[in-house]
Amino acid sequence: MSELFDTVWGWGEFVWSFQIVQIVLGIVALMVPLMLCVAYLTFAERKIIGYMQVRIGPNRVGFFGYKLWGLGQPIADAVKLMFKEIIIPTKANKFLFLMAPVISLATALAAWAVIPLNDFLGIADEVNAGLLFVLAITSLGVYGVIIAGWSSNSKYAFLGAMRSSAQIVAYEIAMGFALVGVLIAAGSLNLREIVEAQQGNLGFLDWFWLPLLPLFVVYFISGVAETNRAPFDVAEGESEIVAGFHVDYSGMAFAVFFLAEYANMILIAALTAIMFAGGWYTPFPAAMVPDGIFGLLIGSGIHWFVIKTAFFLIFFLWFRATFPRYRYDQIMRLGWKVFIPITIVWLLVVAVMVLANVGPWFD
Amino acid sequence: MPEIRNYTLNFGPQHPAAHGVLRLVLELDGEVVQRADPHVGLLHRGTEKLAESKPYNQSIGYMDRLDYVSMMCNEHGYVLAIEKLLGVQAPERAQYIRVMFDEITRILNHLMWLGTHALDIGAMTLFLYCFREREDLMDVYEAVSGARMHATYYRPGGVYRDLPDTMPQFNVSKWHNAKDVAMMNEARSGSLLDFIEDFVHRFPSLIDEYETLLTDNRIWKQRTVGIAAVSPERALQLGFTGPMLRGSGVEWDLRKKQPYEVYDKLDFDIPVGVNGDCYDRYLVRMEEFRQSNRIIQQCVDWLRANPGPVMLEDNKIAPPHREDMKGDMEALIHHFKLFTEGYCVPEGEAYAAIEHPKGEFGVYMVSDGANKPYRVKVRAPGFAHLSAMDEMVKGHMISDVVSVIGTMDIVFGEIDR
Repeated sequence: MSELFDTVWGWGEFVWSFQIVQIVLGIVALMVPLMLCVAYLTFAERKIIGYMQVRIGPNRVGFFGYKLWGLGQPIADAVKLMFKEIIIPTKANKFLFLMAPVISLATALAAWAVIPLNDFLGIADEVNAGLLFVLAITSLGVYGVIIAGWSSNSKYAFLGAMRSSAQIVAYEIAMGFALVGVLIAAGSLNLREIVEAQQGNLGFLDWFWLPLLPLFVVYFISGVAETNRAPFDVAEGESEIVAGFHVDYSGMAFAVFFLAEYANMILIAALTAIMFAGGWYTPFPAAMVPDGIFGLLIGSGIHWFVIKTAFFLIFFLWFRATFPRYRYDQIMRLGWKVFIPITIVWLLVVAVMVLANVGPWFD
Repeated sequence: MPEIRNYTLNFGPQHPAAHGVLRLVLELDGEVVQRADPHVGLLHRGTEKLAESKPYNQSIGYMDRLDYVSMMCNEHGYVLAIEKLLGVQAPERAQYIRVMFDEITRILNHLMWLGTHALDIGAMTLFLYCFREREDLMDVYEAVSGARMHATYYRPGGVYRDLPDTMPQFNVSKWHNAKDVAMMNEARSGSLLDFIEDFVHRFPSLIDEYETLLTDNRIWKQRTVGIAAVSPERALQLGFTGPMLRGSGVEWDLRKKQPYEVYDKLDFDIPVGVNGDCYDRYLVRMEEFRQSNRIIQQCVDWLRANPGPVMLEDNKIAPPHREDMKGDMEALIHHFKLFTEGYCVPEGEAYAAIEHPKGEFGVYMVSDGANKPYRVKVRAPGFAHLSAMDEMVKGHMISDVVSVIGTMDIVFGEIDR
């Protein structure tokens, strides 16, 4: 028996010795929970917005005959979409038409590589230009939208693509400037070091949201715009251009866009938590954290990262239930004339604060 | 050199913001609309022609289906035209009931308008809030006529029957336990008038709730202020009526200018706009909610104090009581005649107009003395409004087309008839 165990253990060690196996296992370990989160984010959205709108949302699909408040709904949706036909319009560019959702999802997931989950977990979190990587990859995501709109050869989809490209130019710049602020404040492009720069004894007052408050707001709103969520969902523009860029998509091709949108939402919420809300650090001052199991709960840890991400995600849903939709020229006006000036001015303020060693953040 | 052409976009008839079956051919320069060409007729059902082959009373139900979000108001216009030709007038209590239901219908219609207008502009939540209140008013319709939408409640010479003394109540079910049901039935324990009064007391705070979401919302204002502004002169030339005209600042309301039924005995104000843009028309309609609420309250008070007949006693027009038919030969003959042949209307022509939630709804009726109208022509307010589409959206963007369709409060049932 022990021989068998040794053999299996030996094989395991041999396989583990290949770096690629480690990387693939690491990716799977991150992606599977992430995709589950995406699935249940759609469910949470329907439930939370449902309650905001005096209705109950999905409550029928459960498991093994139990309704379980509708928890089976995302699974049922996924199964349904998988079995639906992917209709390719006759005059569409087939290759690009099928590539577009892949680009969308790939970029939404690739950015997760550099995200540190806590003080040791993460796939490639030692990359020292993590912030640049995130900015580059999320900007690429818009190609999915543009290519989808162009390749489906539909007028509505094309309008969606045009709107999306115009919007993204306006918002990437404001977002980039907001990130420059974080860069100045933390003195590093590595996301883990950015979180570590927010460590301190004062709890949530140590985080960057306070000194970088305007940048925090601009970043989060730009993030909402970047993910094409209400009130900036002009590329989708349900009541204007029907479904915008994905009007001709069906089945799993559509579902992939859908997954990408929600994965992007989680990504933006996670990035906001990392850059402005202290990542995995506890919001309680160090003096309040006791020893023992209770101390583990309210002390720093990955659970705080998850809670903060969920907190920011709720804002996405709340916005959607509250606001009317912008017209796309108004979005650009907001981006160019309001956000970019704000970020530029606050960059100077941050620079001065860093030079003057203003405490407790920059001393 | 390549020729530069405008981008032509087929907006509808299958479009979430087309409010039914509007087909709009848009010529775009980028996203800016150069020309909007509305195509109508996709919901044509030949209501006017159908009315020519049926006894007068049998067409009342068709009128419900014209503008299917303000049902009783359509009936009112039709019934008023018949009464004009017959030279009769409904008893006072029937007139108050009609006015009360006209105003309930106005609230129903404006709730639908507000919900869809907000949904088109992207504020999804309001749509569901509006439908919550519509549900209560639908119950009022159901209590009085038996049907939630197509009531067929008004008749020449009065209304079909008096207001009921009880409201239908909810039952305990798998979804609602006894405590929930008791709460839901609280307002329904009394008569219909009690239920309406309860609604009237609740409604102002609900309007405030809608307004907190929209009126001062920056995005809402950006999307509506200055969009599709129409000058008062132009609004008159285009044949606008109702809130579309009042939004431009013209104080014209048939309830005040040519009072019909008992509107001259009631106390209410006419809101008017200043700039004639989508935002002003929005504000005008929001104020009309409150004014309608006031009128309903006055009607409820009067109806409580003054019982009486709700139908003419003239059995040549109005059917006799059911009990009379059992013992009275003459009543039986009247009933038989009315429900087979109907009644004959003296030769002549008449135009009766009412202040419909959307504008002036008129029925022009020609009678050759038979039991069917020789010709019925419906003047639908939405048709005149839709005709101005090109003028209103020119130079605006696609997103504004959606706002304009919403602000016009278009329903295709009445436009295509």
